[in-house]
Amino acid sequence: MNDKTASYTPRDTTVARRFPLREVVLFAALLVAVLGVYALMGAAYSTRMLVEAACYAILALGLTIQWGYAGQFNAGVMGFVALGGFSAMLFSVPVNDAFWGTELPGELGRVLLYGLAAIVVVIGATRLDRFGVPKLLRTLIAVILAVVLYLIVISMLREVTGEIQSRAGFVGGFGLPPWVGWIVGGALAGGVGYFIGHICLGLRSDYLAIATLGIAEIIKAFLKNSDWLTRGTATVSPLPWPTPGPSELGFTLSRAIYLSLTAVIIAVIFFLLHRAYHAPWGRMIRAIRDNEVSAAAMGKDINKRRLEIFVLGCILMGLGGGVLGTFNSLFDPQGYLPLNHTFLVLVMVILGGPGNNLGTIFGAVAVYIIWIMSEPLALYVMQLVATLGESAGWTLPSNLDSRALQARVLVIGMLITVVLRFAPKGLLPENIKAHG
Amino acid sequence: MNELVFFINNVVIAGSVTGSIYAIGAIGVTLIFSIMRFAHFAHADMMTFGAFMVLLLTTAFPAAGTAIGVPTALIMLPLAMVLTALLAVGIDKAFYKPLRAFGVKPIVMVIGSLGVTLMLQGLIRLFAGTGGQSLYVGDRKEIFRLGLPFEGARAPIVVTEPQLYLFVITIACVVALALFLNRSRLGKAMRAMSDNPELAQASGINTNTIVAVTWVIAGGLAAIAGTLLSLDVTFKPDLSFFLLLPIFAAAIVGGVGHPYGAIAGGFVVGFAETLAVFNWNVLLRPFQESFPAWLELPSNLAFVGTEYKIVVPFFILVAILVWRPTGLFKGKVI
Repeated sequence: MNDKTASYTPRDTTVARRFPLREVVLFAALLVAVLGVYALMGAAYSTRMLVEAACYAILALGLTIQWGYAGQFNAGVMGFVALGGFSAMLFSVPVNDAFWGTELPGELGRVLLYGLAAIVVVIGATRLDRFGVPKLLRTLIAVILAVVLYLIVISMLREVTGEIQSRAGFVGGFGLPPWVGWIVGGALAGGVGYFIGHICLGLRSDYLAIATLGIAEIIKAFLKNSDWLTRGTATVSPLPWPTPGPSELGFTLSRAIYLSLTAVIIAVIFFLLHRAYHAPWGRMIRAIRDNEVSAAAMGKDINKRRLEIFVLGCILMGLGGGVLGTFNSLFDPQGYLPLNHTFLVLVMVILGGPGNNLGTIFGAVAVYIIWIMSEPLALYVMQLVATLGESAGWTLPSNLDSRALQARVLVIGMLITVVLRFAPKGLLPENIKAHG
Repeated sequence: MNELVFFINNVVIAGSVTGSIYAIGAIGVTLIFSIMRFAHFAHADMMTFGAFMVLLLTTAFPAAGTAIGVPTALIMLPLAMVLTALLAVGIDKAFYKPLRAFGVKPIVMVIGSLGVTLMLQGLIRLFAGTGGQSLYVGDRKEIFRLGLPFEGARAPIVVTEPQLYLFVITIACVVALALFLNRSRLGKAMRAMSDNPELAQASGINTNTIVAVTWVIAGGLAAIAGTLLSLDVTFKPDLSFFLLLPIFAAAIVGGVGHPYGAIAGGFVVGFAETLAVFNWNVLLRPFQESFPAWLELPSNLAFVGTEYKIVVPFFILVAILVWRPTGLFKGKVI
């Protein structure tokens, strides 16, 4: 045992001492790109871009620990982001007296209590077999009870929510500082992640992708159609900032302060993840990712560790979603799109380097700059094609602008396939130490 | 009686329509799953692509159907199937084959197929715009109203022309697939490969051919499903995101890698969807007098609103993953 440790310790130190040339070059290029954007588009616009890129970096860190550390693919980042945004909205928007001043909160609470009671009754019914009821009869009783109670509770809920909508508009917020909403958003996302992970993580990895894709659409449908809770398509704005807003300090300065706040959050997350990655826990997670069977043979509780890391990733996504939602100062459930909030984050992670936190942050900022800049570029190219086409005598469709933006879908798809094919480890690959 | 007719129109017919479409889609997904061992997320976009090909061909030759008396879109369907099958084989050659050659994990193939999804979606939207378009370009959608020979049944049963074609084509597809898998040499080879790829290869089956054939079948079926769906409603470039979850739920309910299970799963999911959004108050209202006075039924007794339809396949998926992850018919791949 002793000489074995002695034999691989020196190699460790040589790996650690490598000059990070690749990192330095890539980040220098990124800095040049950011400065270029500042020169071209002005300070206010560029600072907004940087803040959004920073929010996306939090999301990407969440995805990189799921995909890079543990090999779990989450195809529903959008849902967790939307939950975070919703929670930020709910906690920070001012209190709505038209709702809280009436008997409606009591009514709503009563219905929710009934709902809880119904759940307890149904769970109780599923335990009936312990009192000697045959299993088939128990299942039948439980299913019928569940259906009937569900119908009763849902009709009561529909009544109350309709009343809230017509009399008070929506429930309004709690008027608390936004960071409370961010934390609760992370907790909500973590709760949903626990539910999904608990069901899917013991099965084939594909099932997790399918289930997360589904839950994201469901969360979006819920937020979009629950007008009493979120005002649905009418959107809620403005959301207060935790830092001084643009009306007090002007756009550039206020955004710069917000940027430093997000930078602090990222730094804290980065530090904690770095510690976790190099801790025994991180090694265990990677061991499970690389060889499940041998990790299980070593006595590691695979499903529990997987659930841990999946929930952790979802919490980060909820937090990032909250920060992003507050910065946009607008809660619009329809603004959450799979392309912008799931696949863009995926590209950031696989391009930057899954499992490498620094690479992920690099990927987040770089891809976001490309994404933002591609909008004017796509319009320009489309305009160019249009003028060329008109001179050649084509008749052009009228909605050219919206079609030009659709081209970005194509580019994101192409990026995913090309990166998977030619650079499966990303630009900054995970730094795996070789232990002899 | 009118209530019963309403039930037939809104549940039996609507459920069979969505069920057939999900079933045809799920067969493709489950075949790909059993041969290549990954969840093919781009399947719903291949369906959209097939429908889009039909739309293009129908717009190009709007009068082709009137000569025989069927909608032009149906005449163009075989051509669109060939095009979609070619696309599927091409996608496999360009994107999935290199990944397979690297020997990547199945989940990486899933991400690759998501990339392909986005590319297809981008292409379709680039050329088709974002609005909906009817596949009935030159001809008119026939609607049949069948009156019932009963006392008091005033409302007729309503079936549209594309729905009738849909039932016929679904049955034809299922029969053809069953014959192919059970009788033909290629079909048997396919089943062998899905059971044990190494053994199949060792016994002289050309796995490359099998993979290509799988893509041809999956592409053809995807084109059929997409076209029938667009005939029934309208063609929209963003059909796919609403199809993906029900189709995967259907494939998993039936047991992954199990074509007949996929058909059953498709109908389970389709009927569950229509039953869940159906307003049960309609059926209970005639018996209102026989209920006790304190029991007043609310006017809306649907389980979920139509806007939450997507919850239904998800719920089925979760239920099946919790209680019977192998699916109803004991699929092989877990």
